[in-house]
Amino acid sequence: MSESKKEVKVVVWDLDNTLWDGTLVEGDEVRLKPGVEEVIRILDSRGILQSVASKNNFDDAMNKLKELKVDDYFIYPEIHWNAKSTSLAAIQKNINVGMDTILFIDDQPFEREEVESVHPDITCIDAAGYRTLPDLPRLNPRFITTDSARRRKMYQDDIKRKVEEEEFEGPAEEFLSSLNMKFVIHEAREEDLKRAEELTVRTNQLNATGKTYDYDELNAFRLSDNYKLIVCELTDRYGSYGKIGLALIELKEKHWHLRLLLMSCRVMARGVGTVVMSYIMQETKKAGKTLLADFKHTGRNRQMYVSYKFGNFKEVSSDDEGHVLFENDLSMIQPFPPYIDVKIM
Amino acid sequence: MELKEKIRKFIEGNLVVFEDEAEFGDSDNIFEMGFVNSLFAMKLVNYIEEDFGIEVANDDLEISNFSSVDRITAFIAEKQSA
Repeated sequence: MSESKKEVKVVVWDLDNTLWDGTLVEGDEVRLKPGVEEVIRILDSRGILQSVASKNNFDDAMNKLKELKVDDYFIYPEIHWNAKSTSLAAIQKNINVGMDTILFIDDQPFEREEVESVHPDITCIDAAGYRTLPDLPRLNPRFITTDSARRRKMYQDDIKRKVEEEEFEGPAEEFLSSLNMKFVIHEAREEDLKRAEELTVRTNQLNATGKTYDYDELNAFRLSDNYKLIVCELTDRYGSYGKIGLALIELKEKHWHLRLLLMSCRVMARGVGTVVMSYIMQETKKAGKTLLADFKHTGRNRQMYVSYKFGNFKEVSSDDEGHVLFENDLSMIQPFPPYIDVKIM
Repeated sequence: MELKEKIRKFIEGNLVVFEDEAEFGDSDNIFEMGFVNSLFAMKLVNYIEEDFGIEVANDDLEISNFSSVDRITAFIAEKQSA
């Protein structure tokens, strides 16, 4: 059994004799196990994503899930006759989470062992224990924000976007314009703080310093006259991406110091990181200050480093531990792209 | 295909330009012509590293090395002869 202590982000369900009693392909009149729907609903409300890994005929299984009115809870279902380890690999890739945040539930020891042998970081549990899922510590996230309750819907919106993007036959600009993106930048309010804390803990690739902050620290910054704490939200015609960016600026006498900049990976392709950077540069220039920024190489945030360099930040100093101090002379501020409607509130 | 042509093709295929019909010259500044976001920047750096087998070090990540087709071409040529 895996030793992972990380919060579970995805629960993957087997179907036959796990989600439902009976074996579909043998013609059984399958029925959801008592209480399982409630378990699924509870996990969903906590922002835990759910998927399916089942050896079955895809159409038959999906139709049955639709008939049982639970199909909507599962994203990226893997239903085919190949090894379950390949199903779990596909799910991990599609959702893009760490293997050690996945929990797999199946009634057959063979399947659980097969998955564990290929993916030792995945936690595999016996279907008999499905009722205990909501009580497991790893399935009780520290934060439940409005964004986490909507997490599944946001992934489903993303799937629609990906499909449309693949089917779109025009230039990228046209596609991006057709999304009608609205990007809102505003100073953090108290109700934004839980999500802000969650962002610092969950995001890693697009965090300029790799630092995390807790609710109280963020609240202190929010209330202080010496700091600006900025939150960004993105919406497009498929729905909201939720709060996806955070910036912390220290306001000093001669300069403004960007202490933290992070963006959710989910919006990486939309160019909004550059929008936030441009906004901060514009505001700094308006205030007549110079702009400094902290950066730390974390081994996962090279893209952020490239963003700063291409944003005309120059290294002032650096040390052996990967800390960098940047300065920007504000001579080159990229305009907001035409396909994003940027609102400052 | 010549180095310059490859670079131009890459940029044309990946940069979201401000004006649809705009033609850009080899020495035109791409930061003024289109939206150079972090994704494009990473793709460009990865493309240069993978297709031309060179390493783009942190010190190399100056706008001046990447601001036009000419500049990028010169940067790659310099790295390859080093």
